[in-house]
Amino acid sequence: MIEIKDLHKSYKMGSNSLHVLKGINFSVEEGELVAIMGSSGSGKSTLLNILGMLDELDEGSYDLDGVPIKNLNETKAANYRNKFLGFIFQSFNLINYKSAMENVALPLYYQKVSRKERQEKALKYLEQVGLKEWAGHLPSELSGGQKQRVAIARALAAEPKVLLADEPTGALDSKTSYEVMDLIQKINDEGNTILIVTHEPDIADMCKRIVHLKDGIILEDKKVNQVRASQYV
Amino acid sequence: MFDIDIWKEIFEAIQKNKLRTFLTGFTVALGIFIFVTLFGMGNGLNNTFLKFFGDDATNIFRIYPSTTTLPYAGYKAKRRIELDNGDIDDIIEEFGPLIDYVSPRIQRSGKVSYRDESDSYGNYGVGPGMQKAEKSILMKGRYINALDVRQKNKHAVIGRMVEKDLFKGEDALGKFIDISGSVFKVIGVFQDDGGDNEERNIFIPFTTRQLLEGANDKIGEITLAFNEAIGYSGAMKFEKQLASYIRKKKQVNPNDPRGIFIQNVADNLKRNQQFANVLKIIISGIAFAVIISGIIGISNIMVFIVKERTKEIGIRKAMGATPKIITKTILLESIFITAVFGFVGMICGIIILNIIEGKILEEDYFITNPAINSGTAVFVTILLILCGALAAYIPAKKAAKIKPIVALRDE
Repeated sequence: MIEIKDLHKSYKMGSNSLHVLKGINFSVEEGELVAIMGSSGSGKSTLLNILGMLDELDEGSYDLDGVPIKNLNETKAANYRNKFLGFIFQSFNLINYKSAMENVALPLYYQKVSRKERQEKALKYLEQVGLKEWAGHLPSELSGGQKQRVAIARALAAEPKVLLADEPTGALDSKTSYEVMDLIQKINDEGNTILIVTHEPDIADMCKRIVHLKDGIILEDKKVNQVRASQYV
Repeated sequence: MFDIDIWKEIFEAIQKNKLRTFLTGFTVALGIFIFVTLFGMGNGLNNTFLKFFGDDATNIFRIYPSTTTLPYAGYKAKRRIELDNGDIDDIIEEFGPLIDYVSPRIQRSGKVSYRDESDSYGNYGVGPGMQKAEKSILMKGRYINALDVRQKNKHAVIGRMVEKDLFKGEDALGKFIDISGSVFKVIGVFQDDGGDNEERNIFIPFTTRQLLEGANDKIGEITLAFNEAIGYSGAMKFEKQLASYIRKKKQVNPNDPRGIFIQNVADNLKRNQQFANVLKIIISGIAFAVIISGIIGISNIMVFIVKERTKEIGIRKAMGATPKIITKTILLESIFITAVFGFVGMICGIIILNIIEGKILEEDYFITNPAINSGTAVFVTILLILCGALAAYIPAKKAAKIKPIVALRDE
């Protein structure tokens, strides 16, 4: 599903450049649930941003579902993001003046799905995250966990190949974190490919595979026995 | 290509951000409103000036005698200068080719009555030339002619309002009216573009007026129309020659500010028109400055809106929005708001102009029929919409280029 070879990325900081990713080789199969771990500055968010086409790579290659992701213009990147990827952010990034349902329907709007179908699908995914009765509420009327579940529903709505989650539980307390992880695990159980960036070991343990990043290189890449979040809920 | 979905998105954004919409819209509406009102007032001012002079001929000198203030040629100061019939003949003889027509004007006023109706009106002893000078338009009958003057006929030409007031709808022509105790036959009724007051005047032959006042030959003042062929500079020269000729004839000190006064209507008109034009230019300048500050206001608000929406734009881009659709949405939203509020402002301005039109404004502030050419109003509104679009386009384009990663970075 994801194929990365010899990936380099550096940022210009004034006169000197900061080499963030120093040759990453990494691949993800369909249906995997991967945690990318590492301390602050290890390059894990940069990696996720490149995977998410939110940022461009300097060197190396990146294939997503067999499509080489290279030299994309903004429009093409937008179309690929829309088609291939679903995003889950630490700070949820819901549009605050849109209701939960409208937020979920947003990626579908950019897929030019008809309004009626958008609403049906949005409701379906809200139901899947257990928030059907909150469809008409604004994000400000939802709790942190609910907001993240709306964001997950939004990420699912476009039916992407890969879900990318950047510290999805970073802004949540541990109980809510486990609820969200439970949801993510269930979505993974249905066959969805999910990548999670996290620095919390307990969250990483709930994935099927952990990739440790340090100073821009992969330190360790191991499969783990998944801890089910449902037992903590 | 009308995309209902994009408009639904826009209306949603407008509805959910009422303050923002209101601020933008208010700036636009206020700008257009002030422009339309100011511009209309400027036009009104100009109208007053045109109206003021438009009802009388403009190739006119009015020669007024008054009391001297300086001694001259053995005469003491404070001598009263009077004009008489001979002066007219002498002026015609001296300046013949420069003159179009001349008429004396002896102004009196008094009670005028017809049967039981009576009122006080101004009456003027004039010659046939006065019709052209006053631009009186005969509705019926005829004006005073040379024969009336020669035979000192008791004939009167009355204004439309006089007929209306005294005759109550009856035809005045051929009827007899009493003017300050003398009976005159109405030979004509006139109207005048100068308005009701001008139409409350009565004209009679000046010789008749002289006869009634003891067969004297005094005339109050002389209205002289110069030949328009001599042009403006010719008229100025003529005015000087005429003044020195009459002063010499009447033995008035050439340096006396009084004694003889010549009012040059053409010169007054020109000066007043220049004044009105300058005022109009200033007002238009202010109005355009308002529009420009309106444009700057929109630009600022647009920059602010885009800045405020950076995060939202980032989210939308992460969800798969292309730069084109982002630019389009912001642009359409801005155009929609400017267009709606721009036309609201324009309509309000036009309504205000229509409301404030009236007598008080005309008499106290010299503003007549304040109005703006609808073409100008629409043009300026469209200009503002275009500028608003441009003002939105630059930040919108910039916003569309924002990398979602930058926009989504947590503060």
